[in-house]
Amino acid sequence: MSAATVSKDVKQKAGKARQTSLDKGKGQYYAYLLPGLLAFTIVIVGSFLFNIYISFTRWNGLGAPRWIGTKNYENLFVDSVFWESFLHAFMFIGAMSIVPTFLGVFVASMLFDYIAPRFGNGAAAFMRAGFYMPQVIPLTITGVIWVWLLNPVSGVINNFLTGVLGINKDVTPNWLGDENLAIWSLSVIMVWIQIGYTIVIFMSGLSRLDPSLTEAAQLDGATWFQRFRIIILAQLAPEIGVVLLTTMVAALKVFAPVYVMTGGGPGTSTQVPAYFSYFHFFTTHKVGYGAAVATILALLLTVLAIVILQIQNKQQAKENQR
Amino acid sequence: MSTTTAEKAPKKLKTSALKPRSFVSWVTFAFMSVAVITWLFPFWMAVANAIKTPQDFLEQGPLAWPAHPTFEHIVKFWNDSNFPLKFWNSTWTSLAAAAITVLLGFLTAYAIGIGKIKGRTWILGVFMVAFTIPQEALIYPMYNAAKKLNLYDNLLSIVLIFGISGVAFATYLISSVLNEFPVEVLEAAKIDGANAWRMMVDVVLPILRPTLMVITVMVFIYNWNEFLIPLVLLPSNDNQTVSLGIALTVGQWTAEPTARAAAALLGALPSILFFVIFQRSLMRGVTMGSSK
Repeated sequence: MSAATVSKDVKQKAGKARQTSLDKGKGQYYAYLLPGLLAFTIVIVGSFLFNIYISFTRWNGLGAPRWIGTKNYENLFVDSVFWESFLHAFMFIGAMSIVPTFLGVFVASMLFDYIAPRFGNGAAAFMRAGFYMPQVIPLTITGVIWVWLLNPVSGVINNFLTGVLGINKDVTPNWLGDENLAIWSLSVIMVWIQIGYTIVIFMSGLSRLDPSLTEAAQLDGATWFQRFRIIILAQLAPEIGVVLLTTMVAALKVFAPVYVMTGGGPGTSTQVPAYFSYFHFFTTHKVGYGAAVATILALLLTVLAIVILQIQNKQQAKENQR
Repeated sequence: MSTTTAEKAPKKLKTSALKPRSFVSWVTFAFMSVAVITWLFPFWMAVANAIKTPQDFLEQGPLAWPAHPTFEHIVKFWNDSNFPLKFWNSTWTSLAAAAITVLLGFLTAYAIGIGKIKGRTWILGVFMVAFTIPQEALIYPMYNAAKKLNLYDNLLSIVLIFGISGVAFATYLISSVLNEFPVEVLEAAKIDGANAWRMMVDVVLPILRPTLMVITVMVFIYNWNEFLIPLVLLPSNDNQTVSLGIALTVGQWTAEPTARAAAALLGALPSILFFVIFQRSLMRGVTMGSSK
């Protein structure tokens, strides 16, 4: 028997016994798991559990926390600011998740399916980069830029309204300083920030599609809008699901833009859960109360995460069937 | 998988065979261009006003292009805010934390994706839930621990916290790539008598290097943009990062809109540079998680 046939023989056997051969010595892999899992458990799980404990105590950060049971939670449920903060978080779901997803699908398919074939990939990539730019800048800097743009007197936006559109100086809005307007101003800024993310994800999703589908539709005389509706939307369904959920998570977590642009105000008109809990941690020093807000927010987000996992498992199962 | 999409895209869209451009397509092109310009308008305004003299600003307002462009405010803010130090703080902490994240994430993902250890679905599930936990639900215990461990107001604290916070995310991405690792290659290495360590160093790591680079770039940029944790843990001026420092110092500049624009521009510039340099890696990284 030659060496070549021996090795072939071994390979065949190994192939048959693939499972067992890879299973062998599996124990040694646990060592590789250890550092990451240990660090994660101490820093993340540990902090999270300690935060839950704090939420059942009264504590100003000094001395020892005093156990008060569910008192913080009971107080929260009758605190109107708490409910208001969640209402605003849900408004941000509209501004950071639903509107950007809707616009993102449209712009992405425009760029990928209309602009790129006619004006070249370079043009489409350049436009994509332009829309993505707000995603790259730290949120705090974005906040500084917008506070400056929206300044009621020296800001660019109001100067545009008075100088270019000829609107009277006395009626130009105080975008971030008006109780009824601030949350809407923030929402528009959020759309501006988020749309780049959805465009990038959807464009990559589109590049995965089978080009023969759209070509066939074209030969059948389908218009661009028909193709958009029937082929693109249907094929992008998995990405749309993932993007909706991940951006929803981001919307519920909003902190930095509120911190920099409004500080939750004027009054409590832009208060969100993350800022509300930070405020109690470090301003009122009602640490237990802040921890309770953070815990409720975390639970809500955990539920969302489990939904995302379920959807991904279903997708995986579908892929495996193919 | 993003690697395959990256290869597929150019094949499908050959620039050499463009479709004919009709009147409607030019209108659409113009419309999209206007949209992109609108999107970039805030940055344009920051540039235009950062190099404008206060006198010019008073006379012409914010919309006009500066009559006498000057770098005065930028230089002033650069010096007053000690920008080089903040830049250095951001750079080395983001990089060190990214290294920790990718190293630990890779080891964990190796055990999950190649080792196929028991309970891997559970570990990934817990990781997935973990990166949806808001930082507010972790910050006070971290703040408390940092004070007790003498890591408060110490840049090491954010290196450790960012580094470890990213592990769940990195593990998730890397293990999804490793799941698709060709079994034949592993088999062959095994027959040659390679143990888990040799297999990792000689077989898996070389093939995975591009993916790890992409994740490093992405994690670095995420770290650079972090806000809450530095805000809480780094009170003193000399320890501040770019994204924290600009947001806090800019409050002192409200009187001068041009100085404010200069601050915003300086704060945004490093990120814009990273984006221009690493665009390809970043785009691949961002789409990696979702196209799966």
